[in-house]
Amino acid sequence: MSTDVSKDLISISIDGREVKARPGELLIAAAEEAGIFIPRFCYHPRLPQVGMCRMCLVEVSGPRGFSLQPSCYVPVSDGMDVITDSEKVKKAQDGVLEFLLINHPLDCPVCDKGGECPLQDQTLAYGPGESRFAEEKRHFEKPIAISELVFLDRERCIQCDRCTRFADVVAGDALIEFIGRGDNTQVNVFPERPFSSYFSGNTVQICPVGALTAAPYRFKSRPWDLAQVESSCITCSMGCRIMVQSSQNQVIRYIGLDSDQVNHGWLCDKGRFGHESLSSPDRVTAPLIRKGDSYVETSWANAISIISSKISGIKEKIGSDRIGFIIGSKLTNEDIYAWVKLAKGVIGTDSVDSQLGDGISADVISRLNRATINDAVTSKVVLSFTGDIKEEIPVLYLRLREAVKNGNTKVITIATHSSSLDGISEIQVFPSLDQLRPLAQQITADSSYFPEVSSLIKSSGVSADGEGLVVLLGRENLAWDQTVVEAFALELARVAPKAKFLVTLHGSNFSGGVDLGAVPRFLPGRSSLSDPSAGLRQKWSRFPSHNGKSVKEMFKSALKGEMDLLFLIGSDPRTDFVDTTLSNTALDEIGFVVSVDTFMSESSSRADLVLPAAAFAEKYGTITNLEERIMTVNQKVTPPGLCRPDWEIACEIALEIGSDLGFSSPEEILGEISNISSLHWGLSFDRLSRLSALDGVVIPLTSTPLTLKKKPMFDQISTPGIASVWNQGLASSKTSFIDSSASISDESDSPTESKVPTAISVEPIWPLPPIPGTSEMPLVYCRRLYSQGQLLKNSPHLSRLAVEPRCRISSETARAIGVAVGESVRLTDKAGGAGVFEVEIDDGIREGWVEMVKGMSSSQSFSPIRVDETMNYVKLERV
Amino acid sequence: MTTKIVTARTNLPDSYRLSTYLENGGYQALRKALSMNPEDIQAEVVASGILGRGGAGFETGRKWSMLKQDPVRYLVVNGDESEPSTFKDHLLVEADPHQLIEGTLISAYAIGASMAFIYLRGEFALGLERVQSAINEAYAYGAIGRDIFGSGFSIDLVLQPGAGAYICGEETALIESLEGKRGYPRIKPPYFPAVIGLYGKPTIVNNVETMSNIPWIITNGGKAFASLGSGRSTGTRLFALSGDVAKPGNYELEMAASSFRDLIFSPELGAGLFPGRSVKAIIPGGVSAPWFGPEHLDLPLGQDEVAKAGSMLGSGSVIVIDDHSCAVRAAWRITKFFHRESCGQCTPCREGSGWIEKIMHRIEIGAGTESDLDLLLDVCDNIAPGLSWPPQQTTICVLGPSIPSSVVSAIKMFRDEFLIHIKEEGCPFVH
Amino acid sequence: MSFFTSENLERAQVLLGLYPEKRSALMPLCHLAQAQQGYLTKEAMEEIAKLLEIEPAEVFGTVSFYDMFHTEEVGKYLVSVCTNVACLLRGGLELLEHASDKLEVPVGGTTEDGLFTLEEVECVAHCDKAPCAQVNYRFFGPLGNDSFDQLVEDLRNDQLTDSVPPHGTLSRVFREAPSLVENEVIIAERVAMDQARQERQAAKDSNGGDSK
Repeated sequence: MSTDVSKDLISISIDGREVKARPGELLIAAAEEAGIFIPRFCYHPRLPQVGMCRMCLVEVSGPRGFSLQPSCYVPVSDGMDVITDSEKVKKAQDGVLEFLLINHPLDCPVCDKGGECPLQDQTLAYGPGESRFAEEKRHFEKPIAISELVFLDRERCIQCDRCTRFADVVAGDALIEFIGRGDNTQVNVFPERPFSSYFSGNTVQICPVGALTAAPYRFKSRPWDLAQVESSCITCSMGCRIMVQSSQNQVIRYIGLDSDQVNHGWLCDKGRFGHESLSSPDRVTAPLIRKGDSYVETSWANAISIISSKISGIKEKIGSDRIGFIIGSKLTNEDIYAWVKLAKGVIGTDSVDSQLGDGISADVISRLNRATINDAVTSKVVLSFTGDIKEEIPVLYLRLREAVKNGNTKVITIATHSSSLDGISEIQVFPSLDQLRPLAQQITADSSYFPEVSSLIKSSGVSADGEGLVVLLGRENLAWDQTVVEAFALELARVAPKAKFLVTLHGSNFSGGVDLGAVPRFLPGRSSLSDPSAGLRQKWSRFPSHNGKSVKEMFKSALKGEMDLLFLIGSDPRTDFVDTTLSNTALDEIGFVVSVDTFMSESSSRADLVLPAAAFAEKYGTITNLEERIMTVNQKVTPPGLCRPDWEIACEIALEIGSDLGFSSPEEILGEISNISSLHWGLSFDRLSRLSALDGVVIPLTSTPLTLKKKPMFDQISTPGIASVWNQGLASSKTSFIDSSASISDESDSPTESKVPTAISVEPIWPLPPIPGTSEMPLVYCRRLYSQGQLLKNSPHLSRLAVEPRCRISSETARAIGVAVGESVRLTDKAGGAGVFEVEIDDGIREGWVEMVKGMSSSQSFSPIRVDETMNYVKLERV
Repeated sequence: MTTKIVTARTNLPDSYRLSTYLENGGYQALRKALSMNPEDIQAEVVASGILGRGGAGFETGRKWSMLKQDPVRYLVVNGDESEPSTFKDHLLVEADPHQLIEGTLISAYAIGASMAFIYLRGEFALGLERVQSAINEAYAYGAIGRDIFGSGFSIDLVLQPGAGAYICGEETALIESLEGKRGYPRIKPPYFPAVIGLYGKPTIVNNVETMSNIPWIITNGGKAFASLGSGRSTGTRLFALSGDVAKPGNYELEMAASSFRDLIFSPELGAGLFPGRSVKAIIPGGVSAPWFGPEHLDLPLGQDEVAKAGSMLGSGSVIVIDDHSCAVRAAWRITKFFHRESCGQCTPCREGSGWIEKIMHRIEIGAGTESDLDLLLDVCDNIAPGLSWPPQQTTICVLGPSIPSSVVSAIKMFRDEFLIHIKEEGCPFVH
Repeated sequence: MSFFTSENLERAQVLLGLYPEKRSALMPLCHLAQAQQGYLTKEAMEEIAKLLEIEPAEVFGTVSFYDMFHTEEVGKYLVSVCTNVACLLRGGLELLEHASDKLEVPVGGTTEDGLFTLEEVECVAHCDKAPCAQVNYRFFGPLGNDSFDQLVEDLRNDQLTDSVPPHGTLSRVFREAPSLVENEVIIAERVAMDQARQERQAAKDSNGGDSK
């Protein structure tokens, strides 16, 4: 049902033309939609307007006749009369441009922005031909590094306030400011306090001149040497829409695309600059086979034949359930499906998993009402029981922060330690393990264990059955077993059946893993193993005969000598599995380990055979983000060396063991997926490349058309550097629009109701906390954006930001054990593994608790998590 | 002899002390006001016809009536007197701070303010000490704080020091500054302080001299005030006379009753020029105003009279430039002032002020060309399109269109002097 | 370790309590820090940021906007000579040149003994005493070359310590008032005042109607 908005529109006159506009809309936007482009610099549709640059002055009628007004600051009102093309307007705009240029260095030939610069473009379109300024220009020291990632050239700056506004208003990191007054005003940081925001790259992206440049891109390329393709970031599960730009077959820049549904144009720095890892010299580029302690290159044919004979041997002699697959989270849906079909449909093992003890079981996820990001930011209340989203899913944090600041929603956090969400939360509660159940049960009731929680939920208008409530569900503390979170969620869903859940796990395509059967007991499309869908029966020749194992179970079997062959598909469990003691000892016990990866990780460097996989931007396909939105990832460069996309490798292996997976391209795979899964019904690349679906589509598709706001596509003044790659030339009148009338899914043959299989039943379990010994302290185990990992290690600029694992405790705890900031403590895990860490004091940590960041180097024998413990404890001593 | 209103006590010994103030009728107006209904006080102020004494000359009664009704609303007194050659508030805060405080309290009661602030220019160290002492005395006396004089009306008054930025005299910049921020003027609309002001709440910003008139108006009635002066120019006004004149100083005169000539030449006022000199130009109302030549000497010192003649009474200051002084140099110095004081928020003022100053300086030191005059006028036109008066503007606030006033006046009135600078490659005057 | 002395920290707490929004205390706190240290150190700005719960960059942004806040060390006496138009007409620029010669520093400079910093300022509203100067924001004028020299000597010889405290100390008078009236009291009063006023207006309107 589309909403008819035309009756709410008002009429204004622009240059004698009647134009329809939405009440309250800014004049500059209304004019642009009507095809009248008004030049601008400070205006940015995702930032509050400031009216500072004065470039967008037009004549607006008022009680005292026409006067010059900034069109970015004036909301339209019915009957408003506007002139944008008079001599007076042109002179004012010319004048402003001349003023902007008098102190600008005009060093375009050596400026990174040259060719995609709004100042350059608009000067060409509107500016005076020559300079009348004969005086000395303003001088500043040429570019200064304001962080590891961003350089600032204050001479080029036109003081538009975009970067400072972004830092303050959007990111909440007011680390850059206007300093000084008048024409001495400069943007700068406080002395010795760098612009260390997770979102600093966005300021480079929106800078309308070459004042802010990104260290990884400086002097790398010219816009006219770039080629680009749209894609989606796979750094985390947000799936931010991006433009991937390359030069000479090398990816050198990402630019955030403005998606209303997803990222609003913003990216986090890890996502934005992680592309450096793609061209790392440490990429695996040929199949490698272990010879003693080292590897030798081998051919694909040989590698595939070795694998084939291993599979056949094991299958025949012992049975396929001694073969397992661990699938990483950065694969495309098509890759995942190909591996799952190989494992479950060809080899016949159900031991396929894509979560490393840091997830939430597919059984639980598939029983929850799922929320979209937009559902969350427009909900009455967001209840957060997840890891620190600023660290794990940074752009989701921006979306939520914006919603809270604008008064669109309220946040309640449930946490065992402080997080970035505290700053935007109305209430934070720190329940003990046994308080979680009553908290869930009484979430919308009158009385509660935490009365302030239910009272806020109620007073905000959430109904008794949970309508209006969105839960951010993730792994708040990895030292608590996932069953804790799962039980909480199921209990809450039971008492508040209308509550929705946004599953905020970190792994980028965790949803694809769950939806496409890369978890035990499930088949693609969330069919249960015991009841495959009709489509599956048609397309698959066989199914596993019995339930397979999770990663944890595979490792336990391995310790008993019951795993003979393990495939690590883009997965590094030696580092990433929560219980590294278990993963490392188990992997040592497995007969043959095949790693399909882009880098020599801890795990692949000890595998028996390593196959080189194509990485992001070297292949195409789709991903599913945390809100079940399917979006495309596209290929921009050719894979290095002998790297191949995962799905191809899976097909090759299948062929070698005598089975044809039945597809030979991602298109055909997606076709098969949409055939066998009602969840994925109606999907195709063709559909995803339509204008109306550029932001992707949320599955299952419904027959309700979604009316989109008409918005400029690739607005090159707001986000320079996209359109310029395609279209060198003038800035004006180049804006194209996504049509508002297009609806995403209005096919007549759409099923009225999609058939999502019901999951296998899981009963909530309520474990009781074990009673710790006196010297043990409860642990908080969490992620940081810049925790050590493959991406950071192989991205030279980001690697400088890597955080050393530190032990964080409260000042009271520190006093109690007699340590100060900077001193070291010894942490001992349950198995006696120990590590020495520097102490950081943070009073967001509860007294007597210890916080550690995940991602310690494997040189530490300390491994704090035991998979069978509900809560994990460590011993803390002064060194 | 003109009635003295705001300077009635300024010559008394220890005029700034509470005891002096009380001995001379102090705080009687506040007592009277607290016995009246707020709207009746407002009616008196409307009847007085008093125009704001800060520079814009808006009717105070009308300003008050525009205040949005909200239980939280503020009164802010603008004591950031920085318009060059204006020094009247300087006198009032140092010599009679209780008068200012009493006027502020009456006004706060009249408009129902929930809190009042006096924002005083930071460079007024003595003024800050005098006003703070007076506030302390007034609290102790029971004139400020809880249940003032047993009336049931309570209010707090906080003195806020500025820190050196001309632009904070602009009322929205002052509000930003009072919020602890850079003094960037806000864009009007929608930031009319009476609707969205301090902390986003409705706010009235009134000048020190305006506030200092309020006790007299309450004591004597709005009608008595309106009977002074003529036309819209009611009451008296403090004129700050400076420049090439024998006796510069603050003179309280009935509005529109005297002329520029009276102010400058009257023996008990300016007492004329230095021997053998004549008036070349006068700058009325502060350096933002267009200049007058000697032909305007007989113009009455009234709001509309001066406006009609093409300038403004503004802050009530009058600068005299005699025939031994260089008009180019004076105009250059004024542009230098605006260059230094431009806040830098919007482009035309930030960049234009420096450009204009640089060209003016070049001409003054003899490095200009004739085409620079056209360039100057065109650059000015890009800040204040049409170069008309009152000006239009491409800028956020009125600082921008104030820059061209002196440049355009000087070029119009003294083009010859510019040409001599250019031809002789230097300033022909002896400094 | 706090930047502020314990006495000043108490004053800072008073300032923080004066405003409906804390950040309004920023400028008063900066004046307080200058009174303690003579200028604003990095540590002072960081401490103020902490007290206001904002970023140091935000404090710096505000500080750098205002001429009276100095982030570099200044002399014990800041001599500010006005050269704006009223003073200019009476010899302000020449006085500035003389001051520079007398103190043997360029404009903006500080004497080697750290006693004087010379600056050129815009109008300080003392035009009836043109040409004028301020020393630590205390007024002097009209000043000729001789009277300027005398002023410098008096300052050097500690003749003016009563009227001219060292740079940074702006007002030596502090607020001595009871704590602010509680917000609820004020709001209740105002709501009642507005209501009474509306009732009076209504009564007046209906009376007006009757009399017709």
